[in-house]
Amino acid sequence: MKLLLVGEYREGKLLDTSAELSGFASAIGADASMFLVGSAEDVPAFSGTLYLADARVYGEYNPEVHKQLLLKAVEEVNPDLVVFIHSSYGWDLAPRVAASLKAALVSEVIALAGSAYVVGCCNAKMHRNVTPSTSMVVITIQAGAFSALTQGGTPSVKTLSTEKVSTTEFVCYEPAEAKDVDLAKAEIVVSAGRGIGKKENIDMIRSLAKAFGGELGGSRPVVDAGWLDHGHQVGSTGQTVAPKLYVACGISGSIQHLAGMKKSGFILAINKDKDAPIGEVADVLVVADVVKFAPALTAKLT
Amino acid sequence: MNILVCIKQVPDMESHFRPNGTATWFDESNLAFRMNEYDEYAVEEAVRLKEQLGGNPEITVLSIGPDRVIEVIKKALAMGCDRAVHIQDPDVASKDSWQIASIIAAYARGRQFDLIFTGMQSQDRGSAQVGVLAAELLGFPSVTTLVGFAYADGVVTATRELEGGVKGKVRLRTPALVTCQLGLNAPRYPTLPNIMKAKKKEIATFQPGELSSEPPLTGSTAFRHHEKKGSGVVIEGDIAELVEKVIVILKEKTAVLR
Repeated sequence: MKLLLVGEYREGKLLDTSAELSGFASAIGADASMFLVGSAEDVPAFSGTLYLADARVYGEYNPEVHKQLLLKAVEEVNPDLVVFIHSSYGWDLAPRVAASLKAALVSEVIALAGSAYVVGCCNAKMHRNVTPSTSMVVITIQAGAFSALTQGGTPSVKTLSTEKVSTTEFVCYEPAEAKDVDLAKAEIVVSAGRGIGKKENIDMIRSLAKAFGGELGGSRPVVDAGWLDHGHQVGSTGQTVAPKLYVACGISGSIQHLAGMKKSGFILAINKDKDAPIGEVADVLVVADVVKFAPALTAKLT
Repeated sequence: MNILVCIKQVPDMESHFRPNGTATWFDESNLAFRMNEYDEYAVEEAVRLKEQLGGNPEITVLSIGPDRVIEVIKKALAMGCDRAVHIQDPDVASKDSWQIASIIAAYARGRQFDLIFTGMQSQDRGSAQVGVLAAELLGFPSVTTLVGFAYADGVVTATRELEGGVKGKVRLRTPALVTCQLGLNAPRYPTLPNIMKAKKKEIATFQPGELSSEPPLTGSTAFRHHEKKGSGVVIEGDIAELVEKVIVILKEKTAVLR
């Protein structure tokens, strides 16, 4: 089986997701080449072929042009599988390439099951197997689902170029908003999720955080709804935390949230839904309405 | 200006899901359905653009599925879309993203849409494919994962959400397709007068076969609960007892409580 892995490069740096792609290739025991729009000064450490296009010429985000460049690499490698990370770069580019190749596309693969790919669905509560029916297949793999592998070595570089002109113009990056609390340093983080029901109940979770002597965090929906500032957001688009104790209050546990807290020392989750995906990482799942449970726990702690 | 918004009806994600008879997808009985959350942002952004442009654009909302999807179509009409297309497909759950995108593209082709809004993904499938695939089939430029949208004189300025809170600003000319991320805006609740007005709006019906008969590129099997990993314990019961149990566990297993 031949793989073409798609590396990522942003703000002048190779992203370390290339090691996860190598980890995936090694998990299925396949030969892998890599495609990257990046820089010859900063190449992934592996011993295969690297199809490299210059990000200074073709941009870091320029999907139509990156698609053309990647199709050239596909033509040379003729891979069985084109593998992206399921990221803002990967989920944006993969369907473009799959459409051009009319290849089956499988998104956010978390494991393999024979010739099928295991993916999550229904907000990660459920799993299913997806079986492609085309000979060439494009997949994106969930960030963190496959162990990173740094092979070492220096790739042999083949340079790619295209005349394709883009209709999409990249303007600029906007840096992440300043964090008013550094959750990463906290020993205890108590986070509020949509299960708290309404904005007024944030204070209830804040009191619990205080009773624990910890910091207040929150899930994305709570921040999107304006119940809590973005500076408190835990997850892949907020802060990544690994406190000694993480208390998830009414958080169902989206993949993005789990990615930001699953390395915590001990995870206590309170949720009405016994099947909520937070149960996948929780050391203790309390099946209860957090609006009733949190004040009772706060009272007991103080 | 001519705008298309594509929406999907999905089950409430708090539901208890069970596999259907062939375990290709969930059993629909006893599920409450609603508008895919991501699509609410798409509808809202389209309606805001219409308001910005003085009510000139016409917004068509499209949904594929059995007759139950008329409920979310009506919600979108009550939020401010002008007319609707219902692609009547009782078999929608067995179609893959490629087939859904092919149907949307076949409908949109030749109908002179300047802008197409979709959700970034559906809450149930979560594959984040349909919008971009449809754009590719139509030959439209597209950008995904919008947390910011602005439009002026045929140019869309889109802010994409990247990882770690970083954003990327991108410009593209219409015709274009954009996919909307959570938090793009605050979707409005339909008001009673608008719900009444929506009842008079046109819902055109198409059969999927009239638009596309593309075969699927993937199949779905073994729909199931996620495997529980690790040594987590689940405790249930009376609140006071649960609090006692949690205190005992925390004292025993963590160093944070004395």
